[in-house]
Amino acid sequence: MTKTLLLKGIDEPDLHTLEVYERGGGYQALRKALGMSREEVLHELEVSAIRGRGGAGFAMGKKISFLPKGQMDKYLVCNADESEPGTFKDRELLQKNPHMLIEGMLIAAYAGGITRAFIYIRGEYALQADRLEAALEEAKAAGYVGERVLGSDLSLTMWVHRGAGAYICGEETALLDSLEGKRGNPRLKPPFPANQGLYQGPTLINNVETLATAPTIIRMGGAEYAKLGTTGSTGTKLVSISGHVQRPGNYEIELGIPSREIIYGLAGGPPEGRSVKLWFPGGSSAPVLTGDDLDIPYDFDSLAKAGTMLGSGAIIVVDDSTPVVDVALKVAKFYRHESCGKCTPCREGTNWTVKMLERIDSGEATPMDLDIMAAVCTNIIGNCLCVLGDAMAMPIGSMIVKFRPEFEAHIEAARARNELATTEEAPPEALIQGAVA
Amino acid sequence: MAIDPGRVPRFGHGSRVPGWDEAADLEKDPAPIPDPATTPVPEELRARIEEYMARYPDRRSAAIPALHAVQERYGWCSPEGIEQAACVMRLTPGYLTAVATFYDMLFTQPVGRHDVYVCTNISCSLRGADALFEAFHEHGGGDPEFNIRAFECLGACDIAPMVSIDGNYVGPLAPGEVPEVLDAVRRGEEPFPERQMANRKSTDPNAA
Repeated sequence: MTKTLLLKGIDEPDLHTLEVYERGGGYQALRKALGMSREEVLHELEVSAIRGRGGAGFAMGKKISFLPKGQMDKYLVCNADESEPGTFKDRELLQKNPHMLIEGMLIAAYAGGITRAFIYIRGEYALQADRLEAALEEAKAAGYVGERVLGSDLSLTMWVHRGAGAYICGEETALLDSLEGKRGNPRLKPPFPANQGLYQGPTLINNVETLATAPTIIRMGGAEYAKLGTTGSTGTKLVSISGHVQRPGNYEIELGIPSREIIYGLAGGPPEGRSVKLWFPGGSSAPVLTGDDLDIPYDFDSLAKAGTMLGSGAIIVVDDSTPVVDVALKVAKFYRHESCGKCTPCREGTNWTVKMLERIDSGEATPMDLDIMAAVCTNIIGNCLCVLGDAMAMPIGSMIVKFRPEFEAHIEAARARNELATTEEAPPEALIQGAVA
Repeated sequence: MAIDPGRVPRFGHGSRVPGWDEAADLEKDPAPIPDPATTPVPEELRARIEEYMARYPDRRSAAIPALHAVQERYGWCSPEGIEQAACVMRLTPGYLTAVATFYDMLFTQPVGRHDVYVCTNISCSLRGADALFEAFHEHGGGDPEFNIRAFECLGACDIAPMVSIDGNYVGPLAPGEVPEVLDAVRRGEEPFPERQMANRKSTDPNAA
C-alpha cells in the first residue's frame, strides 16, 4: 500500500502560489515547530530516522546535530542541483510545490540554529527556478522568511542561486565552491561541511526531497513517520523511473517494497514482448542489477547488501534490445565530460575507459582489455577527492562482471566485421576526408 | 575534455590553421582589475550585478549570476562583458573567464540566440535521443539563430527523448517533428504546448 505524503495533491492548480499552499494547510508545520524548542524539533527529526534523499543516504537529524553549538553564522544549503542521470524527482517538487521546500528549510534552520540559507538550483531548471524565486518572494512578503519569523527567535535570509550546468556541482563540497563563485572543484574532506563549509562556516547541506519532508515529519511526529518503510529506511521516497518502461515518471513509494512492484506494477514494465536486461537502482552511478534481481526490496540496506545502492532513487530500465556495450559507453562518456579534472585517477580513468569501450565497439579490442578496464575502475575507486570517478567505475565494473560473455561476443563480432571489411578494397579517400571533417 | 576534431579549424586539405592552439601571449602581463574611470558599464547591468553581490557575505559568490546577466545582455560572455562585470565586482577578468569556461551554460564564444539543448544521456538515448539530435543538427545546424548542443541529463527522463529550448522543456519528440519545432521557435511561438514540462501532470496514480 502506497502512502502519499510528498506528492499529495501535487497537481492542484496553482499549488506553487502561497494562497493555494496555505489553503491546504501550508506553513502550519512551521508554526507547530516554532512553538516547540529547537531541541524538540531536532529530536523529532532524529527520531524520524529519515535518511538523506540525495544519494549518500546519511541520516538528516544526525547531520544537523553535527553542527557546532553557539552563536555564529551557520549556513543551510539546499542542494537542488539535481543532475544525476535518470533523476527528476526534485524537479517535480520545485516546479509544483516550492513552498513545501521553503517551509522545510525554515524548520531545518530552526533546528540547527541557522541564520543564512541558499538554494543552489541547476541552471537548466529555468521554469523551476522562476517558480521558486516567485514563491520565495511571497514567503518573504508574508513574513515567513526574514527577521523574527512569526514573532519567534528564528531569523533567516534565503536566496536562490542558479548554477550554470555542471554535474560535479551536485557534489556537496564542489557545490560550496561553486556557490562561493569559483570553479566547481571538490574539496578535501575532512574538514566536513558541518565544521567548515560555506565561507569556512558550519554548513548543513541537504537534498530538496529531504528538506521537503521536514514539514510532514513535524506534522505527523517523528515516531509516527518512522513507522513507515523499514527499520533502516524509514518513510516514503520519490522514485524516478525512466528508460524502457511503459509509464516513466515519478512515483512515491514506501521504502522496502519489492523492486518488481515499482518497475512492473507502477511503471508498467518494459514494452510488450521485451524483458528487463539490466537496471540501475539509483541513478547511473549505481552498480547495475539484472532481471534476476527484481525481487530485492527497494530500500537502502537491501540494495547495499545486493552490492549496489539506492542513491537518488532513480531507476533506469534497459530491456533486452540494447547491447550492454552501448549502455556502458553512454555512461562512461557522461562521466568523462563531467569530470572536473582535479584528480588524476578520475580525469584519466574516465577518458581511457571511454577509449577502450570505443575500441570494443570498433573491433580493435581484445578480451584482455576487459581486465585492463576493470583494473582502471578499481584504481579510481577511493583514490579521488570526490566520488565522481567512483560513480563511473562502479556501474562499468559491475557491467563487466555481470555481462562479460556479452562484452567478449561484442569484441569478436566487431572484429569479424572488420576482417570482412578489409578483404574488400577500402577507399583511402574516405579516411582522409574523415580527418578533415 | 578531449579536443573535438570537428572544432579544430583546418584548411581544406586537412592541415591545421596556424595559431589555433596557441596559448595566451606569455609576454603580456595579466589583466588587472578594470579601472572604473575607463570602463563604461551599462547602468542596468551594473545595478543587476550589484544587487546580486548584496545577497552574499562574499561578493565573489555573485560570479555565476553576474555572468548569466552578461550573457543575457550580450548573447555570450564576451571579453567586453566580462571586463564590465569584473569592473563592478572588483575582480580580474581572468578570474571570471576561468569561472565561465568551467560551466556548460556559459559561452565564451558567440552562439545562436536560441539555446537548443538536446538531452543525449542514458535514459533519453534509450528512447532515441541520438536520432533526435541528428535531426536537430540536420534541420537547424546551419541556422545561426540556433545554438544546438547535445546536453547531459536535463532531468526530464519521463518525457524522453526531449529538448530544452531556451529553458522550455518539450518532449517526447520524434525526429520527424523537428522541422515543426524549429519553425515554431523561428516564429516566436512555443512548440507543442501540450507536451511542455510546465503543463505535465504527475504520473503517480495516488498523487491526485
